[in-house]
Amino acid sequence: MKRVNGRIMTVFFFALAVLFLAAVTAAGWVFSEEALVTDFSRKNLGPGLQYLFGTDWLGRDMFIRTLTGLSMSIRIGILAAGVSSVLALLLGTMAATMGKTVDAVITWVIDLVMGIPHILLLILISYALGKGLKGVVVGVALTHWTSLARVIRGEVMQLKEALYIRTARKLGVGGFEIAWKHMFPHLFPQFLVGLILTFPHAILHEASITFLGFGLSPEQPAVGIILSESMKYLAMGRWWLALFPGLFLVFTVVLFDVAGENLRRLMDPGSVHI
Amino acid sequence: MKAHFIFIGKQTIRMLLLTFFVSLAAFILISISPIDPLQANVGQVALGSMSPEQIAKLEAYWGVGEPPAERFFTWAGDFFRGDMGVSLLYRQPVAKVIGVKLVNSLWLMAIAWLMSGIAGFVLGVLAGLREGSLLDKLIKGYSLLIASTPAFWLALVLLMVFAVWLKILPIGLSVPIGVEASGVTIADRIRHAILPAVTLSITGIANITLHTREKMIEIMESDYVLFARARGESTFEIVKNHALRNVLLPALTLQFASISEIFGGSVLVEQTFSYPGLGQAAVTAGLGSDVPLLLGITVISALFVFGGNLTANLLYGIIDPRIRRGGARA
Amino acid sequence: MEEKKVILDIRNFSVSFEQYEKGFQKTKLPVIRDLDVTVHGGEMVAVVGSSGSGKSLLAHGILGILPYNASMGGELIYDGAALTKERQMALRGNEIVLVPQSLAFLDPLMKIGPQIRKGKKDRASKERLNQIFAGYHLKEEVQGLYPFELSGGMNRRVLVSTALMGTPRLVIADEPTPGLHMEMVRRVMSHFRELADKGAGVLLITHDLEQALEVADRVVVFYAGTTVEDAPASDFRSEETLRHPYSKALWRALPQNGLQFIKGTQPYVKELPKGCPFGPRCESCTEQCKGEIPSREVRGGRVRCIHAV
Repeated sequence: MKRVNGRIMTVFFFALAVLFLAAVTAAGWVFSEEALVTDFSRKNLGPGLQYLFGTDWLGRDMFIRTLTGLSMSIRIGILAAGVSSVLALLLGTMAATMGKTVDAVITWVIDLVMGIPHILLLILISYALGKGLKGVVVGVALTHWTSLARVIRGEVMQLKEALYIRTARKLGVGGFEIAWKHMFPHLFPQFLVGLILTFPHAILHEASITFLGFGLSPEQPAVGIILSESMKYLAMGRWWLALFPGLFLVFTVVLFDVAGENLRRLMDPGSVHI
Repeated sequence: MKAHFIFIGKQTIRMLLLTFFVSLAAFILISISPIDPLQANVGQVALGSMSPEQIAKLEAYWGVGEPPAERFFTWAGDFFRGDMGVSLLYRQPVAKVIGVKLVNSLWLMAIAWLMSGIAGFVLGVLAGLREGSLLDKLIKGYSLLIASTPAFWLALVLLMVFAVWLKILPIGLSVPIGVEASGVTIADRIRHAILPAVTLSITGIANITLHTREKMIEIMESDYVLFARARGESTFEIVKNHALRNVLLPALTLQFASISEIFGGSVLVEQTFSYPGLGQAAVTAGLGSDVPLLLGITVISALFVFGGNLTANLLYGIIDPRIRRGGARA
Repeated sequence: MEEKKVILDIRNFSVSFEQYEKGFQKTKLPVIRDLDVTVHGGEMVAVVGSSGSGKSLLAHGILGILPYNASMGGELIYDGAALTKERQMALRGNEIVLVPQSLAFLDPLMKIGPQIRKGKKDRASKERLNQIFAGYHLKEEVQGLYPFELSGGMNRRVLVSTALMGTPRLVIADEPTPGLHMEMVRRVMSHFRELADKGAGVLLITHDLEQALEVADRVVVFYAGTTVEDAPASDFRSEETLRHPYSKALWRALPQNGLQFIKGTQPYVKELPKGCPFGPRCESCTEQCKGEIPSREVRGGRVRCIHAV
C-alpha cells in the first residue's frame, strides 16, 4: 500500500514539474511576438494586477518577456543537455569498452575540460564560434558531459565484470546483443536521470553566458539579457526588472531539480522504501 | 620516503602536462574563430591611422599567414619565458594586466573560499549529524535553493537590498569613482569588496554543505561510530573523537577542488559589481576579442585549478595515515 | 553453575522496524520476536542462527544502540533490575561491553591507544591499557599504530582489549571470528572463555554451531527471529538429546554428522507462516503447529515445539 503511495507522490511531483515547465515553454513560444511590443504609454510601471511583473523603459510587459526568455532558455537547455548527455553516454561507454588507450585519452579529456572553469570555457567556445546562439548551445553541450560520462564509464565497467554478462559472453552472445539487451536496460535509467539533472545546470549556464553578453543578441528577450539590461535601471529603483525574472528563473531551475530527483527515486528500486 | 617523492613528481608532471593541453585547446578554439582580433580591435579606428609598416609589424607579431601550429609554439615558448604578449585592449603586457587584476581577484576569492569552506563545513556537519531534523531540512533546502540560483542574480538582489535600498554599501567598482588612486584607503577597498565577497561566499557554501552533509551521514551510519556508541561514547565524544577526524579529509579535498567553481563564480560576480578583477578582465577580453589576454587568463586559471587539485592530492598523502604510513596511493 | 547469579535475563524480546514513507504511513517489520535468553555469571551462552537472521540486533538491543526507526519490546533484566535506557547508557562500554567482528568497527583515522582509551589521556587510563596489552602480549608500540597497520595476529587481541577498559560483567561478542581458521578461532574463543572464568557472563552471537559447541556452556538456537531451543551444549553430542526439529537439522548439517542440509530457506519477516516459523520445512508439521507455540521446559532445556518430548 504505502509503497504505491510513495510512488504516487513521486509521480505527482514529477508530473507537476514537467507540466509547469511544458506550460512555460509553450506560453513563451506563443507570446514571443508580444514580448517585443513596445508601448510608451505604459513604460516603467511597477508590478501590479495588469502587468504582473511590471513594465520596462520601453513599456514592454515584463511578465511576457520573462515567459518568452525562460521558454527560450528551456529550449536551449534541453537541446544542450540532450547533446551533452548523448556525448557522455558515447564517451563513457567508449572509455569503458575500447581498451586502455581510449580510456586514458577520454579520462584525460575529462580532466582537461574540468580544469578550465566552466564560464571561462564557455567564453572560449563562444568566441571560437563567433558568439551567438550556436556558441551557447555548443558551449553548454561541451562543458556538461564530464561528470555523467564518469558515472557511465564506472557503470559500464561494473556491468562488464558482472557475472551474467560474462556468462552471456561465454555462451557466445555477440557484443552488440550484449550491449543492447543486457547493458542498455541498466544504463538507461542512469542516463535519463543524468540527462534531466543536466538541464538545470545547462539553463543556469545559458543564462550566465548570455548575461555576460556572449550568447544571444540583445534583441532577443533571453533571461540573461533581461537581467543584464535591468542592471542599468537598478540604481533608479526599478527593482522589479531584476527581481521577478530572476525569481522565475530560480523557480524553473528548482523544478528541473525536483523532476530529476523524483525520477531518480522512481527509477531506483533501492530508495523507494526509505 | 622515495615513494612519496615519486608520487609528488608524477602529480606535478601531470599537472604541467594538463596545463599545456589546456593552453593548446584554448589556442585551437581561438584560432578557429571567425573573428579577426586585429580587425576587431586595432580594427576600424586604429588600423586606419596606422602606417602600413606598423600594421605589418603587428601582423608579423600575430603571425598572420603562419601555420597555426607554428604560431602556437611561438606563443607557448614566449609564454613559458614569461612573455604573454601585449593586451590589445589595455595596450599593456598581458603579464602586467593579469598581475594587477589577479591581486584584486585573489582578495575576493580567498575570502569567499575561506568563508564558504568554513561555513559549508559547519553547516554540513550539523545537518548530517541531525539527519532528518528541522535543522537538516532547513540547511538542505537552503543549499538546494542556492545551488539553483545564478550567482549574478544573487549579486543583483544583494545590490538592490544593500546598495540601492539600504544605501549602506557602494554599488560597484573596487574603489570610489573619481578618487585619485593615492586617495583610496584600505577602508574603501574593503567596503567595495564586501558585497562581491559575500555573494561569492554564499554561492560557494551550497556545494560544500551538501557534500559534507552526505559524508557526515555516511560516517554517522558507519560501523565504527556504532561501536563507539556501544562503548558508551556520547554524541559529543563521537563527533570530537571520530566524526570530525573522518569528515575533515574529504572536506579538505573538496575545498581544494572547488577552486574552479569559485573562479567561475568570480567571473559572474565581478562582472555584476564591475569589480576590476581577473573575471571581469576575462569577460572584457572575450567581448573585445583581446586574444592574448584571454589566452593568458585561461592558462593562469587552469594553473590555479590544477594547483588546487594537486594540493588536495598531496594533502591527502600528508594527512591520511593510510597513505602516509601505508604507502598506498590515493 | 546453577547457583551462579543471573546477569542477563531476556524474555519475549522483540525488535521491529518502523518504516515511514511519504504520507506518514508506517509499517512494522518484526525482525525479532519471542526471543528468550538467560546468561549467568561465569557462563558462556551462544546464540546460533544463520547469517542475516537479525542476530546482531539482539546485541544492539541490549546495548541500546538500535537505529532510530527500530523499537523493541519484551523484558530486559540486567543484574536483577530492568535495563532501562538510562542504565544502558551508563553501563555500556563499562559493565556491558561489545566485542566487534572486525577492524571495520574501529575508526580508521585514530591510533589504537587513544581509541581504546576513548580519547582519555589521564594516567589511570594509560596504565590500565598498558596492563591489558601486557596481558595479551601486545607491545606498547601497537598503541601508536592505526587500525590498518595491525597484523592479523594482533587485531583479535586488540578487539578484545577494547572490552576491558571498564569492568565487564557482560561481554557480548558479535561474530567475533568471521572467516578465521579453526586454530585462530580456538585462540579467540579462549580469550572469551578466560573472561567467563573470571566471572563475567559471555553472550556469543554466531552463525557457526561448530565453534559455539567448542566453548559454550549453553546454546540458544535462533530461527527466523525467534529462539526455538535453549539447550546445554552437551545435548548437541547426539541428535536424540536435542528437542527442536531445526536444532536436529543443524546437527545433521555438521561436518562430522554428514553435512546433510534441509531444503528451503528461512522465511522473510514479511512472509512468516502462521504459528511455528519452521513449519513449512518441518517433516513432522501438523495442523496444530499453525496455532500458538509456547515455550516449554523439556528435559532441562527450553523449546518452542509442540511435538518435542
